[in-house]
Amino acid sequence: MRLLTLIIGLVTGLILLGSVEITQATQVTVSKDGPLTSVQEGIEQAERGDTVRVKEGRYVEFDIRIRKPVTLLGEGDVIIDGDSQGFVVVVEADRVTIKNIGVHNSKAGFMDDYAGILVENAHHVLIENVRLVNNFFGIYLAKSEGTVLRNNHITASGQRETNSGNGIHLWYTKDVEIRNNYIRGHRDGLYFEFVDGASISENTSEQNIRYGIHFMYSDNCRYERNTFRDNGGGVAVMYTSNVAIIDNHFADNRGSSAYGMLLKEINRSTITGNTFENNSVGLYMEASSRNRIEKNRFSQNGWAIQLMANSTDNLFHRNNFLANSFEVSTNSRQHFNEFRGNYWSQYEGYDLNRDGVGDVPHRPVRLFSILVEKQPQSLLLLRSLLIDLLDAAEKFMPALTPETLIDTEPQMNSVS
Amino acid sequence: MKALTILQYQWKDLLRGKWIVGYGFIYLLIADAMIRFGGAGPKALLSISNIMLLLIPLVGMIYGALYLYQSREFTELLLAQPIDRPTLFWGLFGGLALPLALAFTAGTLLPILYSGMIITASLRSILLILLLGNVLTLLFTGLGFWFGLRFFEDRVKGLGFALVSWLFLAVLYDGLILLAVFAFGDYPIEKPMLGLALANPIDLARITVLLEFDISALMGYTGAVFNRFFGSAAGITVAAVCLLLWTITPLWRGNRLFLKKDF
Repeated sequence: MRLLTLIIGLVTGLILLGSVEITQATQVTVSKDGPLTSVQEGIEQAERGDTVRVKEGRYVEFDIRIRKPVTLLGEGDVIIDGDSQGFVVVVEADRVTIKNIGVHNSKAGFMDDYAGILVENAHHVLIENVRLVNNFFGIYLAKSEGTVLRNNHITASGQRETNSGNGIHLWYTKDVEIRNNYIRGHRDGLYFEFVDGASISENTSEQNIRYGIHFMYSDNCRYERNTFRDNGGGVAVMYTSNVAIIDNHFADNRGSSAYGMLLKEINRSTITGNTFENNSVGLYMEASSRNRIEKNRFSQNGWAIQLMANSTDNLFHRNNFLANSFEVSTNSRQHFNEFRGNYWSQYEGYDLNRDGVGDVPHRPVRLFSILVEKQPQSLLLLRSLLIDLLDAAEKFMPALTPETLIDTEPQMNSVS
Repeated sequence: MKALTILQYQWKDLLRGKWIVGYGFIYLLIADAMIRFGGAGPKALLSISNIMLLLIPLVGMIYGALYLYQSREFTELLLAQPIDRPTLFWGLFGGLALPLALAFTAGTLLPILYSGMIITASLRSILLILLLGNVLTLLFTGLGFWFGLRFFEDRVKGLGFALVSWLFLAVLYDGLILLAVFAFGDYPIEKPMLGLALANPIDLARITVLLEFDISALMGYTGAVFNRFFGSAAGITVAAVCLLLWTITPLWRGNRLFLKKDF
């Protein structure tokens, strides 16, 4: 009997609590059929913590400002069309959530960075399931902390760098999570400047005019399982320390200045388990030091690695180099990095004691790569018998290639 | 029809000589070893194509000339029969070139088939290698025939020419191109270079292989001419047309020599 009273009491309590919740978070509905037909009006009418539900339809509005913590929720096929007149949605308050809507056609401009969604001086914003189409900048975060961007689909059809903005643009932000977004056709797919502690995972960034991801001065970030494919310049990572780049896929970045990944002044970072495939240059490193490049797979790139001599103390360990035209090229005979225990498909040595490690060291820098460096036209002679003979002679007695750039423990089979 | 009969006789003769079987076996062994040790990927295909670029021109030219010398009596015997000369020429040529091509195809394709590479590797690359091998066989056997007919009485000269032209086309020619690049590298020499490369059938075949396997590197080159050539279908089309021209020209010349020849 006492138990029953207790249960009844609990249940009533829960119901009461629930009703309190409901009364606190009211809903405002915006619909093409009225009474509220404008998203901006809906947001004005909502109180803090309210949800603004937008019913199916196309709302031509621009500069929609969100100045209080509300949730903007689309139901059905909702499109907010900026009509190329300005920003589309501007978030200026903390804890705003935007979900399930389409944001189209922000203005393009040379003086202002117009964006589909601008989040400025606002923290803990959540943007989820938003389809951004044909905006100048897609999502623009400035001075924002703890913001989450998830499952968004961002496309544009820019033709030139000058009249196209970035897909996801981060400036002075902290602890941002960017997950499972798709970006295509912008200037840079993702752009980071002065970002700290961001986590970027499972995104796909392809066919952007310049870089799939472009980031500078952004320490302590982490990239995992992203795909960067067929971007004009590939991926560029610059002036940053302590980045973790893990299990990403860099593919099909072809062109005279296209890199799977370009590293410039990157220090103390980890690059592990990535795949570099069909790029003109897989990994380009300049003035980068003390990085660990481990367990990556370089296959069918023009140059697997271009390592400039001002990079020092990097460790290349247990990577697989498969059928690249050139394995490593460099610009000096001096060399201060370490290659150890990699698998090179161009290795021609033997393993007499059968321990899986080649008995003679491997020289990944071919004489021909130096010839090509000096006279790029000679590239046309790639795979010529003459070139193979020259390479063999050079391997036997290095005169032009860096003498110390060797892998002392080349693996006989690909490493996993 | 008569050409086919001649072809059949030739075929029997070749098989009896066991040469052709050995030739096929070489490819079988090489392809098998490459796939076994290099894995069933682009690496094995690349190695196979390297061997192909080396071996087919050499064997095609030498064997083409040699075979004409060897079968001189057979040819003269047939000439005494009511057979017109073009038929005899094509019969002789087909009787050598087709078995050679077949030996290459079988020797390369078998390991690709039984290693399961046909499924794992790119089918386009495999087809390209097979096609290129066959075209090269026809081309260089034709060239060998032409040498053989040109120096029909002087066998040493004919074989010598075949050998030296192989050395020239396979190695020295590229050396000259390399020298030219380093001598005139400051001038816009891309177009002449492309022209030079297209003028050598081995380079032509090599560039076709490059277009398939090293396109990433080729696209990394900073010159508009190369990029336009390699970045579009134009490259492969021009290469194909040039290869065709290279196949037809020696055969046509050889055929004319054969028609006029006083045996």
